[in-house]
Amino acid sequence: MSGWLTPDEWSIVALSLKVSVVAVVLTLPLAYALAWVLARRRFPGVILLDALVHLPLVVPPVVTGWLLLLLFGRNGPIGGWLEAQLGITLVFRWTGAALAAAVMALPLMVRAMRLSIEAVDRRLVDAARTLGASRWRAFVTITLPLSAPGIAAAAMLGFARSLGEFGATITFASNIAGQTRTLPLAIYSGLQVPGGEALVTRLSLISIALSLAALVVSELLVRRSAGSRAHVL
Amino acid sequence: MSFEVSLDHRVGERHVALAFASDAPLTALVGASGAGKTTVLNCIAGLIRPDRGRIAVAGRTLFESATGVHLRPERRRAGYVFQDFRLFPHLRVGANLAYGERLAQLADRWITRDEVTGLLGIGHLLQRWPATLSGGEMRRVAIGRALLAAPRFLLLDEPFASLDAERAEALMALVERIRDELKIPILLVSHDRTEVERLAERVVTLG
Repeated sequence: MSGWLTPDEWSIVALSLKVSVVAVVLTLPLAYALAWVLARRRFPGVILLDALVHLPLVVPPVVTGWLLLLLFGRNGPIGGWLEAQLGITLVFRWTGAALAAAVMALPLMVRAMRLSIEAVDRRLVDAARTLGASRWRAFVTITLPLSAPGIAAAAMLGFARSLGEFGATITFASNIAGQTRTLPLAIYSGLQVPGGEALVTRLSLISIALSLAALVVSELLVRRSAGSRAHVL
Repeated sequence: MSFEVSLDHRVGERHVALAFASDAPLTALVGASGAGKTTVLNCIAGLIRPDRGRIAVAGRTLFESATGVHLRPERRRAGYVFQDFRLFPHLRVGANLAYGERLAQLADRWITRDEVTGLLGIGHLLQRWPATLSGGEMRRVAIGRALLAAPRFLLLDEPFASLDAERAEALMALVERIRDELKIPILLVSHDRTEVERLAERVVTLG
């Protein structure tokens, strides 16, 4: 394998994996909280929240990237604060690529989790309450474990989506070798230079293999949790 | 008074209204299907908040719309045996039985795990998953789980349905023992006239 890809190419794969893993791990708690609210709560504005969560799925990724730039750029309200208070810079860094991937993966992750939370019978939560469990304990001992396969599926799906993230990343984090040049960006760069076809082919095959594996695993996990009724794909 | 209930609750087209006070150790709640018997149990257990009324069990006010009292279900300590069992599918029978027991204060417990498994004949099921149990076995586990949570009163929703005669008899004897020895107020929903006549001193009709 190591003769097949150059060290530079390996570092592209490694960077992609790092960006995707960090994006997914950081998004999981927020995605689960949103999924729970959307699955279990009824309040005015729930439709608006639902629409906001799904926005990155339908808005052109370049728009999402531009919005991230406005908010998280050095002069943006959040980016400026992060840099001044915590010394964290996102633009042009791999952390920015992870943020872009996280925002783009969020809707898919929320969808997968929401399905599995909705599949948890609320009457079981009621039963736990009568047996002495607080709302929180009932959530931790009943809802959370019963929706765990959905969490795993969402993680795999978010991972696959993050690996493929292009538009928001190149807009927000730019295309800097070693910092933000993930697999799709490297493939794009390869297409811009003469003689890059071999590199493009190799990186594309890796992308396809990684994404396919993540999708198959997530579909299997959801089938196990919700029977044949639910699907991610 | 073991049960003092007066409630008024409307869900969509359905209207459930009931008022009774019973000092009987075991009170039976009867009525046609769809009359709202389970709704009444849910109100007493704290799973439904009635529109209006007052609910007190053994002198303790659980709900009172006039004063805004509405105890959370986990504070009411109802031993609720659901008609549809509601065993936790991701926990083995043993862990289902232990769920409420672990949350109960030691001083409040009035029955041990061994007593429960012996009385209900479920000792051999502890390692099984709920999905592998028969209907009768699930019901017995559900009853055991409710008893082990050290409840202050029992709400039994058709507890003897789908049990064979021998097991139903054993369970009725257990309910009689709880009624007579432990003096825990019991509210029983049942369709079976002989069951009601045998166990209940007081019959409340909802309809």
